Amino acid sequence: MKNAVGREIPEEILKITGKEVFHGVYYYDGYEYRKDGPKTRCVVNSDGSKLVKTIHEALVKCEIRDGMTIGFHHHFRDGDLVVNMVMEEIHKMGIKNITICASSLGKAHAGLVPYMEDGTITGIQSSGVRGEIGKAISEGKLKGLAVMRSHGGRVRAIETGEVHLDIAFIGAPTCDDYGNCRGIGGKADCGVLSYAMVDADYADRVVAITDCLVPFPNFPAHISMTKVDYVVVVDAIGDPKKIATGAAKPTKDMRKLMMADYCTRFVTSTPYFKDGFSYQTGVGGASIASTISLAKIMKERGIRMRFGVGGLTKPMCDLLDNNQVDVLLDTQDFDLDAVESVKDIRHFRISAGEYADPFNKGAVVNKLDFVILAALEVDVNFNCNVVVGSDGVITGAQGGHPDTAAGAKCTIVLTPLLQGRIPAICTEVTTVTTPGESVDVVITEYGVAVNPLRKDLLEAVKNSGLPLKTIEELRDLAYRIAGEPEKVEFGERVVGIIESRDGTIMDVVHQIKPFRFKEEKNILPEPVHK
Amino acid sequence: MRDAKKRLRRTMMFLNAHKPGLIKDPYIYGADSLMLDLEDAVAENQKDAARFSLFHALRTIDYHGAERIVRINGLDTPFWKEDIRCAVAGGCDGIRIPKTETAQDVKIVEQQILKAENEFGRPENSTLIMAAIESARGVVKALEICEASKRLFGIALSGGDYTKDLHTHITGTGIELMGARQQLVIAARAAGVQCFDTVYTDLENEEGFREDVNTIHLMGFDGKSIINPRQIRIVHEIFTPKEKEIIFAEKVVREIDSKKAQGIGVFTVDGKMIDIAFYDGAKRIIELAKASGVYEGEL
Amino acid sequence: MEIEKAAVAGTLESSDCMVTVEDGDGNIDLVLESTVIHQYGNQIRHVVLDTLESLGVQNVKIKVVDKGALDCTIRARVEAAVYRSAGQSEQLPWGGAIR
Repeated sequence: MKNAVGREIPEEILKITGKEVFHGVYYYDGYEYRKDGPKTRCVVNSDGSKLVKTIHEALVKCEIRDGMTIGFHHHFRDGDLVVNMVMEEIHKMGIKNITICASSLGKAHAGLVPYMEDGTITGIQSSGVRGEIGKAISEGKLKGLAVMRSHGGRVRAIETGEVHLDIAFIGAPTCDDYGNCRGIGGKADCGVLSYAMVDADYADRVVAITDCLVPFPNFPAHISMTKVDYVVVVDAIGDPKKIATGAAKPTKDMRKLMMADYCTRFVTSTPYFKDGFSYQTGVGGASIASTISLAKIMKERGIRMRFGVGGLTKPMCDLLDNNQVDVLLDTQDFDLDAVESVKDIRHFRISAGEYADPFNKGAVVNKLDFVILAALEVDVNFNCNVVVGSDGVITGAQGGHPDTAAGAKCTIVLTPLLQGRIPAICTEVTTVTTPGESVDVVITEYGVAVNPLRKDLLEAVKNSGLPLKTIEELRDLAYRIAGEPEKVEFGERVVGIIESRDGTIMDVVHQIKPFRFKEEKNILPEPVHK
Repeated sequence: MRDAKKRLRRTMMFLNAHKPGLIKDPYIYGADSLMLDLEDAVAENQKDAARFSLFHALRTIDYHGAERIVRINGLDTPFWKEDIRCAVAGGCDGIRIPKTETAQDVKIVEQQILKAENEFGRPENSTLIMAAIESARGVVKALEICEASKRLFGIALSGGDYTKDLHTHITGTGIELMGARQQLVIAARAAGVQCFDTVYTDLENEEGFREDVNTIHLMGFDGKSIINPRQIRIVHEIFTPKEKEIIFAEKVVREIDSKKAQGIGVFTVDGKMIDIAFYDGAKRIIELAKASGVYEGEL
Repeated sequence: MEIEKAAVAGTLESSDCMVTVEDGDGNIDLVLESTVIHQYGNQIRHVVLDTLESLGVQNVKIKVVDKGALDCTIRARVEAAVYRSAGQSEQLPWGGAIR
């Protein structure tokens, strides 16, 4: 059945998952439902400690068994050690058919591939997957379907009970013996625990896992003891070098600087750029550069930002330090400066639900004026792909992309026209992850395309001197330079689904197929004999 | 050819012709001229391979109106003749001669270009020449070099080799380049050709670069060689006439046009004494403003 | 043209390709690796074979390791490798066999 972005969703997938096809961004507005809840085991006694000696003991106490779903967060990013540690123990115990429901999985989790192959892990639900694990899913090594959900979508799935977490493991940079967790301090300082908060609220059993046990009470707690069953102390929960790096040096790449310049000029030409505006941006070189140049213009024009949100980096925190923004709302910290900034009283931690969940009574993304995003591919209908590489292999994550795009008044996507030889602006994206109806502007180093649905924005920037082009013109430019790419040929089997933030199916991901040359007949000259 | 010789060349960006990533779309940065380099940027053992990528780049890549000049290898190398055949066959706009020391150097290159134009069916005289001056001898002979060929549209100072020859080095102050800059720009003006300044290699020093460009702009240079696209905007900004200059130039041109008809020779514009000698300068400012995209008036 | 000796041209940098040629077994034996094989594999193969045909090369083992090079680069690297193998770097047929 075709969905609202023109993607064919196989009937069989609709049957297996019981899901609907994507009907449009606001299809579920006003929808009523009763929230799922955890099965809670009360602690009435006053023995005083929730410490258990090992992960193994915690698993036994949580009554781990075949077929369970385990929750994890990804605040330790590429430095995460928790997922592998827990899964290794589960594997040793001979448990099978585990579904991992993580806020994201990445390069750190290549070690899970053998567990997919031997049936320990048969389900993966995540914002996305990078590296080896993405490749393994694309090659069909996962028995079940991989489900790719946005950050807001994950909270929705858990709150509605679409997925129920049997056990959640929460890596906590600091924790006391009664389960009060903080994202600040310790060796694996990651600043916030936003993505884990829904796990703490909805999992039947919650295990805090830390490498820095502190005396009770570890306050103010980011995750409260009232939600935690057990506490395990291990040697290390993360590799600090890979959790938060030093702030990225501002880019010197002229293409990125051009995109940043166009972005800033676009932002400042819209009516939303006025005192009290709100803003979210990403971690790429171009978005960081544009934040820096935006700060300059804000200063020149005496314009103040009301709030900045999202995964945060130094340039956003600099706005706070320089008193150019009232507050920051933080879901994740990408560099040490952002981690440090969490201590500022105007820097607020928010949960993934507050940030982006479409199924609560209104999330922060709905209050955004601007969001600056990136994409692997954008097509002429402004649909974006941030998950599947143009070679067909799963290689990225939805993150908050569809959430912020749906919420923000002005959604800007920055991408170079070509990624190597591959046109980033194309006729049809390999996989749709964010629907074009929520994407307003695409900025490349070759020019700026405004979604024709946004006549107001087109009108606002028509005299800005920006190199305005239609999205088709950008695509044609790319194809003229690189040649028109052929479509990747996939196998029959569906290995994953791209869930829309409301739980409907945006697209499916098929198993990859080895490349074969098209021309079967030999076009080579006849052999000559010497 | 006259128009082609006089085109706007505020920035000439060097690009290694052997590097596909560099030559595939450098026009997006907006340099007036692209300097596709077969000489210093290309390693000795890649000289042959660089020609193939140069040839196909010239033949197939749409450079969107940017001028395509090829810097050939020196006349003291075994490469330069084939470089010219390749560049002319590819249809480049011009050839840059490195290490030019005499008018004879220009004439030898001119002959080879003509030969190549005939061999590859290119229109005769369609390939322009510019000469890089890289030695004390070249500076002294600048005027004869400027006048050596009707194809020659300009000369460029190459500061690195020149300062070595002068027994000094690039200091960042410009002192070591003063004499050469002055002499070259005078020679070029005397011969009616353009003059381009050497590269500024300290990419991190934006202020220093700005000062350097300001200096050569005031000295009368037509443009600057650059090694990084980040430098383009600064040069263009400095070389673009300011609003006040344009308004004044517009008045001067209009006044002279009308007073000439009335037979008046000397008069005032905005309180300044003006005569016919101001005409060419004012015209040039209008032309530069037009070319820089900041003038849409009627002149 | 005949492949006189084994020769290489190009690099493994992004947007480039590395082409190796050696004497063949009486035909054209092409091995192609590319980071963009799914989208441009057929096109790259076509360009390589077309270039060899222009050069009149019918007997060669050719390996192309492509890092997203445009067609014009692929042509240039194949030609550079072939002319290197023939030891010729002057009086080349620009616009003739090289086109």
